[in-house]
Amino acid sequence: MKNKAAVKKRKKWNDFKVFLYLLPVLLIVILFNYVPLWGWSFAFFQYKPGRALADSAFVGLDNFKALFGNAVMRKNLFRVLTNTFGIHLLGYIFTPFPMIFAILLSEVRGSKFKKIVQTITTLPNFISWVILFSLATSLFGSTGLINTIFKELGAEGQVVTFLTSNNHVWLAQVLLQQWKGLGWSSIIYFAAIAGLDQQLYEAAMVDGAGRWKRIWYITIPQLIPTYFVLLIMSIGNFLNTGVDQYLAFGNALNKASIEVLDLYVYNLGVGSGQISFSIAVGMMKSLVAFVLFFLANTISKKIRGTSVF
Amino acid sequence: MAGKAAIRKKKKWSAEDKIFNVIVYIIFGLFTFLCFYPFYYLIICTISNTQLVDMGRIILWPRDIHFNNYFEIFKVQNLGRSALISIVRTLVGTSSTLLASAYMAYFFTKENMWGRKFWYRLTVVTMYFSAGMIPNYLNNQMLGLTNTFWIYIIPGLISVYNMILIKTSIESMPAELEESAFLDGAGYLRRFVNIVLPLQKPILATVALFSAVGHWNDFFTTKLYITNTKLYTLQYLLYELLSQIQAASQQIQYETGAQMASNSITPTGIRLTLTAVVTIPIMIVYPFIQKYYVKGIMIGAVKG
Repeated sequence: MKNKAAVKKRKKWNDFKVFLYLLPVLLIVILFNYVPLWGWSFAFFQYKPGRALADSAFVGLDNFKALFGNAVMRKNLFRVLTNTFGIHLLGYIFTPFPMIFAILLSEVRGSKFKKIVQTITTLPNFISWVILFSLATSLFGSTGLINTIFKELGAEGQVVTFLTSNNHVWLAQVLLQQWKGLGWSSIIYFAAIAGLDQQLYEAAMVDGAGRWKRIWYITIPQLIPTYFVLLIMSIGNFLNTGVDQYLAFGNALNKASIEVLDLYVYNLGVGSGQISFSIAVGMMKSLVAFVLFFLANTISKKIRGTSVF
Repeated sequence: MAGKAAIRKKKKWSAEDKIFNVIVYIIFGLFTFLCFYPFYYLIICTISNTQLVDMGRIILWPRDIHFNNYFEIFKVQNLGRSALISIVRTLVGTSSTLLASAYMAYFFTKENMWGRKFWYRLTVVTMYFSAGMIPNYLNNQMLGLTNTFWIYIIPGLISVYNMILIKTSIESMPAELEESAFLDGAGYLRRFVNIVLPLQKPILATVALFSAVGHWNDFFTTKLYITNTKLYTLQYLLYELLSQIQAASQQIQYETGAQMASNSITPTGIRLTLTAVVTIPIMIVYPFIQKYYVKGIMIGAVKG
């Protein structure tokens, strides 16, 4: 009996020892992901950079109230949310494209052609938005290739203001995202297609099903679950647009349409030093994003049976 | 796949097949050209006569080929130093995040760990939940990381996504391999270094390349945390240059441009060449990435 207890104790110590090994890296995760939460307290003060928090006036929920009560603030928040939703929803129209891309390309016979297409179309994914902006400037800028050619052809009036106008900004940004990400996003479907049961195709061919019929009745139905899982998980990241793209492409002329929530938080906090306001906006964003993630996770669990946790 | 191809070969091409092939070749040919051309255009512009570039005469092939731009670019202030920062950051950042993420992944595979499930969830949630940009900034400021080189390395030490990839890969490794070492009396660290790491080379290579590209491409960290020009990265230098050019063209045409032109290359030349200098390393490592990324994304797909 005594021996058993000792073994149990030793096992417990061993389990704890494994945790101790993990602890240093776990602390890093906590330090850079959970400790920053103390910054949220700034949202309840009227904080100005360079002053101590203790010297700032405690204002309770005033910052949050101002976000909705103050007409200018409310208008800005509404505009920024419209941009975030607009760009995302427009992007959703393109979500079937990676699947179509993969289906059509895997029907092509030349394996060399396939390889070249895959290699080149994936490359843009590895390029930063700054480089992409520089390339776009070369091609579409006011002194870029397209405008120069128009000028040479004597079509002075036909200036392409792709980068410096407030029109079609959402579409332009979504198209850029597609150019950058389409080839990359299709890889997951290539993997899925490679794993499909070939016997189904052979049986269909014996029955005389043509290429379109095989794609329509065999390939697509089997890829739809993957499509929906990716779609659902992207809902979890609906508000997390990141800033790189919009920071690179944003300027005074297109700001009204390109400023998304993340960029707004940056501009508010770093640009105009309204730390408390920007944290209040960021807080609400984090909370909504977390609810969305939770929702997506639950839906995924119900539909697919698996989830992030 | 082989079976499918064999069956198709027996059949003669139907009209439907022929039309299909033509359409698909055209669509993919066009899109591939669209993806390729901007990079090609960039390179041919940097080695062509800059005057011709500004006149829009360089479209399909380079003319008056010269490599002056690549020598002149070194006159841009801080370029050498920024390149050094970018390279050191990519090397140090990649190797440290790789080691730390793999270390964490290894211990998360130990199912007997005290509170494992809780700690794992606590870690994974951070992929979807963040305190926000400004709170993170305040935190890093408090830790004394702003305006130091370490801001590039330490906050990103653990990449949770990469950790999950490595963990999934370790879990698929036969347990006997580790067990035999355990029986030989090797502790956790010995087993991690001598058995797990060498066997996980493929996934580690994938993760390393992703991480290296991420480090190389990042400019926002510099924008947010760094004011000391000595710590600028190449990407940020390019970003600054682009904003300057844009601001200048919006006010008076090329006010700063005239100033740059005294360096004997035009603003366009500087911009294009700097863009090329930042892009070329990616193009060089890209074939290596390509070998691995499909595998990486498939493991990710299984999990996420």
